[in-house]
Amino acid sequence: MSTQDTTLTGSLLSAHELRKSFGPTPALDGASFSIRPGEVVAIMGPSGSGKSTLLHCLAGIVPPDSGTITYSGRHLTALSDAERSALRRNDFGFVFQFGQLVPELSCVENVALPLRLAGIKRKDAHRAAQKWLERLEVSDVGHKRPGEVSGGQGQRVAVARALVGSPRVVFADEPTGALDSYNGERVMQLLTDAARESQAAVVLVTHEARVAAYSDREIVVRDGQVRDAAVAV
Amino acid sequence: MSIGHTLLGLLESGPRHGYDLKRAFDEKFGHDRPVHYGQIYSTMSRLLKNGLVEVDGVESGSGPERKRYAITKAGITDVGQWLAQPEKPDPYLQSTLYTKVVLALLTGRSAVELLDTQRSEHLRMMRILTDRKRQGDIADQLICDHALFHLEADLRWLELTAARLDRLAQEVSA
Repeated sequence: MSTQDTTLTGSLLSAHELRKSFGPTPALDGASFSIRPGEVVAIMGPSGSGKSTLLHCLAGIVPPDSGTITYSGRHLTALSDAERSALRRNDFGFVFQFGQLVPELSCVENVALPLRLAGIKRKDAHRAAQKWLERLEVSDVGHKRPGEVSGGQGQRVAVARALVGSPRVVFADEPTGALDSYNGERVMQLLTDAARESQAAVVLVTHEARVAAYSDREIVVRDGQVRDAAVAV
Repeated sequence: MSIGHTLLGLLESGPRHGYDLKRAFDEKFGHDRPVHYGQIYSTMSRLLKNGLVEVDGVESGSGPERKRYAITKAGITDVGQWLAQPEKPDPYLQSTLYTKVVLALLTGRSAVELLDTQRSEHLRMMRILTDRKRQGDIADQLICDHALFHLEADLRWLELTAARLDRLAQEVSA
């Protein structure tokens, strides 16, 4: 076991010295991060500081140029594309700023989608999806399409979709960025309550302090560098 | 907060004893800082002297006499005027944080670290308030929101200052 593994004992997902450039511009310049099971960690920082890039690397969406990412004892960076896709589908949930729901599907079908992709029967998937819509207080929009619901309702549907598959990590990138402060806070409350009950860890990217206040702790990204007190490097 | 006006306002719905006034005040406004009995009675004496309340009745039992207070017409007018008068916004121009940042730069200490430490402390308080808000009633939610918005404003200032530190350092050292 390396020194790095020892220092990150107890973490579910950790990153060490990540570097990532887009062309000549470095987005991450030696970023380290760690999150424990069931923990809610906010990634904060000014616009363009690299916080979304860090989230995308941690979630296996974007490969880093160098550095290591370890999830549940496995090196994410060493997995094949297919293995990373399977991991994202089975273990991770995602909430983005604008929901990114499938417009052609109803809200309940959107929530059921991760279960259907995992091979669960339509009837069972829809029953579970409807339960999550109830939990997120939007049971009445199940039959509607995303274009027919408000921004706040759409984000709750997106949270339901992120949690329906019982993920171990939820990645939320500015999940309240498009909402007014009342709806934003309600979404945060529902997201963090549901995640804590399900023992899911949440990696939350936000520039809003009021949203970050729903986390257990925060880290700040500046110029692609992160100081995470939980990582003793 | 003007305790006198608040007590007068509480009396508008009907006469109350000093003890009832304290209880009503603490329930509605004194979550974090209950008012002392002494403060209630000294305030009522002043309101009585100024003709804004009157003694509506006195109960005598085994203990000390208990006065029941009622608001007068002058008292109602006074409350109305107080409510109609906008509160003077705090200009927030005397900032300890600003002073600390400048002093850090002047003395060669790390202003970045100072701002980071302060940001963590602000967020810690925001977490406590957010948690209280989650578990509280509507009154708690509104009180906490008021505090949270102010803390958030401070945090935005901290971020902005962090982004302008180089420029400030140049001016300070000039």
